[in-house]
Amino acid sequence: MERRTFLKVGAAAGGTLLVPVFGNAIAAEELMNPMAVQFKKSLADAAMNAATKAGASYCDVRIGRYLNQFITTRDVNVENIVNTESSGVGVRVLANGAYGFVATNVMTPDAVADAARQAVAIARANARLQSEPVQLAPVKGVGEVAWATPFTKDWRTVPVKEKAEMLIAANKAGLAAGATFMTSMLFQVNQQKYFASTDGSYIDQDVHRLWSPFTATAVDKASGKFRTRDGLSSPAGMGYEFFDAQPRHKVRAAGGVTTLYHGAYDIVEDAKAAGRQAREKLTAKSVEPGKYDLVLSPEHLFLTIHESVGHATELDRVLGYEANYAGTSFATLDKWQSKKFKYGSDIVNFVADRTTPGSLGAVGYDDEGVPGKRWDIIKNGVLVNYQATRDQAHIIGEKESHGCSFADSWSSVQFQRMPNVSLAAGANKLTPDELVKDVKKGIYILGRGSYSIDQQRYNFQFGGQLFYEIKDGKITQQLGDVAYQANTQEFWNACTAMCDERDWRMGGSFFDGKGQPSQISAVSHGSSTTRFNGINVINTARKIA
Amino acid sequence: MKLLNQDEAKRISAKVMALTKADECRVSISGSRKGNVRYARNSVSTAGLVEDTQLSVSVAFGKRQGTAQINEFDDKSLEKAVRRAEEVARLAPENPEFMPAVGKQEFRATPTYNKNADAFSPEYRAEMAFQSIDAARKKGLVAAGFFSDSTGFECIANSNGVFGYQELASLNFTVTTRTEDGRGSGWVNRAAYDPKSFDARAASEIAIEKALRSVEAKALEPGRYTVVLEPSASSDMLNFMFGAFDARQADEGRSFLAKKGGGNRLGDRLFDEKVNVWADPWDANAPVLPWEQQSMMARRKTDLIKNGQVASLDYDRYWAQKSGKPASADHGNIIMAGGSKSTEQLIAETRKGILVTRTWYIRMVDPQSVLLTGLTRDGTFYIENGKIRHPIKNFRFNESPVVMLNNIDELGKPMLIGDANSRFRMMIPAMRVRDFNFTSLSDAV
Repeated sequence: MERRTFLKVGAAAGGTLLVPVFGNAIAAEELMNPMAVQFKKSLADAAMNAATKAGASYCDVRIGRYLNQFITTRDVNVENIVNTESSGVGVRVLANGAYGFVATNVMTPDAVADAARQAVAIARANARLQSEPVQLAPVKGVGEVAWATPFTKDWRTVPVKEKAEMLIAANKAGLAAGATFMTSMLFQVNQQKYFASTDGSYIDQDVHRLWSPFTATAVDKASGKFRTRDGLSSPAGMGYEFFDAQPRHKVRAAGGVTTLYHGAYDIVEDAKAAGRQAREKLTAKSVEPGKYDLVLSPEHLFLTIHESVGHATELDRVLGYEANYAGTSFATLDKWQSKKFKYGSDIVNFVADRTTPGSLGAVGYDDEGVPGKRWDIIKNGVLVNYQATRDQAHIIGEKESHGCSFADSWSSVQFQRMPNVSLAAGANKLTPDELVKDVKKGIYILGRGSYSIDQQRYNFQFGGQLFYEIKDGKITQQLGDVAYQANTQEFWNACTAMCDERDWRMGGSFFDGKGQPSQISAVSHGSSTTRFNGINVINTARKIA
Repeated sequence: MKLLNQDEAKRISAKVMALTKADECRVSISGSRKGNVRYARNSVSTAGLVEDTQLSVSVAFGKRQGTAQINEFDDKSLEKAVRRAEEVARLAPENPEFMPAVGKQEFRATPTYNKNADAFSPEYRAEMAFQSIDAARKKGLVAAGFFSDSTGFECIANSNGVFGYQELASLNFTVTTRTEDGRGSGWVNRAAYDPKSFDARAASEIAIEKALRSVEAKALEPGRYTVVLEPSASSDMLNFMFGAFDARQADEGRSFLAKKGGGNRLGDRLFDEKVNVWADPWDANAPVLPWEQQSMMARRKTDLIKNGQVASLDYDRYWAQKSGKPASADHGNIIMAGGSKSTEQLIAETRKGILVTRTWYIRMVDPQSVLLTGLTRDGTFYIENGKIRHPIKNFRFNESPVVMLNNIDELGKPMLIGDANSRFRMMIPAMRVRDFNFTSLSDAV
């Protein structure tokens, strides 16, 4: 579920850090100088020793330093630059078969030992309510190891001035092309995560991610109408080289309606197109509701994948652990056990992975010390597996975890979060233009719009950024007021064609929310341009008083 | 570290402000101790305690401003934060929309803290989970719930003499109970400031009853129906709408409150005249801090909708100055007037309609009309001649809260909504609304 955390982050940060700056808010040399590994190891040992002495049968310690920089611009002004830095320690224990968790920002051996003892006390207080003890799949300790996001340009060393100027240039391009207002943002994340456990692992990881969304708004004051077009970029798990787009990174959309991006992004070029397209949306033809064949671009389809496959195959949801909030799942164990549940048509194949370079979900190890890996979720349309953590693996008869346990902060407890879940490209050579040629009455949809799905992942409704009418194999004009509704299983079984690997690229969710207390996570979903036949399209135009 | 009392927070604020040579300095410190217990499948799944204290320092040289944030409090760290903020400020360009720090404000205390919050402990939380699970088990149901409590403080200060310190404590509780075969589901949501006013077993019984009554749901055709919305069912929709009560957005022509041809719709009657909504930090049922942290301005009681008319819009300090209007602090709460009738009484007076317990995954489809989509969940029932006749399958809706608040038949008793994801603390009445637009069916239970 993609929650409103984006707004929440903005609001929370805005409460304390609304400042326009053109320097590095945190000196680069300090950022580049993380806490000494030996210091972190000594803290972790202090916590683990205290937990074990207090009676814990297992203990893991996560020591985190989380650095974020968010830059917000509006038209030609830098509205704010938010720098956050947060450090602390989270200790999770198992005692009497139950979990306990305590987090503290006081990073001394005494404080973390005390946290560990409190965590044991919490576990004991809750043990009486356990119907069965927590059962952890074995993980072989890996000793002292390190992993880092591969990148060539560290965002922390890029002058803030340069980043702000890039956003302002994008805004100017959008305004010149027809937008009345432009807002653009740059989110940059560095998670310095240290994990240690009584299994014998001491894992030091350095994770980098970034995203640069924008919105172009066109206003027609005379009619009182306004329309927006958001950016078509994807967030990435890479360095600032993401913004060094070369011609090889640019992809021509079907019919040449716009330019798309793969592996790097030209925000100024996209903003220019957005300004023009937002203006065009003011006069776009309002869609006639009915059944259409939909041709969905990867920059759009990733969110449908995220909601209808990514979340639906999380084992904690299937089992009922999210029943109170994010919900359960229609993809129940009996369907998986039958080995013939047709989630989608024969050409539908979904793979989960933690290893794809440049993806948001790529890490060396999860927050239980399990190495990243890759496995099948849906094979030839049939549901074949789920996403599991250490305490769930035995339920699906597996001897090891899938490595799906994550926390969004040192102060949050780790729990099941999805890996990159991607739709494999089509086996036969097919370009987006060739795909459109066979469509008699259809709509080509690009970009993420509104999105909503029920608590068991059956009924969904999605919008988009750009909608183009397809008539007798040709893209004709922009459409407005489009949203499609479907049932997950019917939708994926209506999948009739997909482009080959030349068109495969990832979209992603930077602030995916789940859990109580709610946590965010970043994850990518890849696909090529894909066709779905006979999907119900509604008209969303409304008039209010 | 332990939570700071007023003297300690004041001393640290003063120390930080004394360290800088900038033209002005703003400091905010917040600390919290947050406990929770989460359960599912009738067992505790996670339980935790998180303690953290953060300092934010913002300094300005003229219209150049810089900020740094840390969560360490030794003298060296305090100085580091100030120097870091100063360094940034010196590098910053002048901000054309910079507003100098506000002058001294009067903050009349609000009752955000309750001394009974001392009761929060691992054992207390475990007991809340036990009462809820035990009640469900006795009826052969499966409970998944979340109890969380928070105690802490907020402190703000600036070099113009602003100082505010206040303690906070509150609890939130939600539980979903489901039948073992997954055909029935019920939910309840409670929030409180005083743990003594909260009864986990009594709250859970409401979810239990809904779960038992919701099996064998029948399908109704999508369409327009009269609905009885429980307070939690409409709060998310209202959240979206009040998030758009921004004067700048309206003046610029990009919100539903923009006027055709220019200007905004302040003073226009956009809602049924029964609709009255205001913000009040001192409200005894939904108190919030008497200041807004970002601007450090004092909050005041403000009408948002008066007898169906748009009574005020939110002006930040920059837009207020540009527009020649008074600036307003961000509201911390939203209070909607209701009547004295219970939800049951509203049902009893409904000839044909649908009771909605909870709405889910609401998203904006069109900001021009505030058209939202979302679904019903965990207790949707058909009402006929004043009685709940049978459970019905869940619906997806496509509806605007502006339209919804125009179609009000009757309002019930307001209730405090617990929602950690909401921007506002909300007191919302149950409401009976005509012609609510359901567009498709969902098989989800």
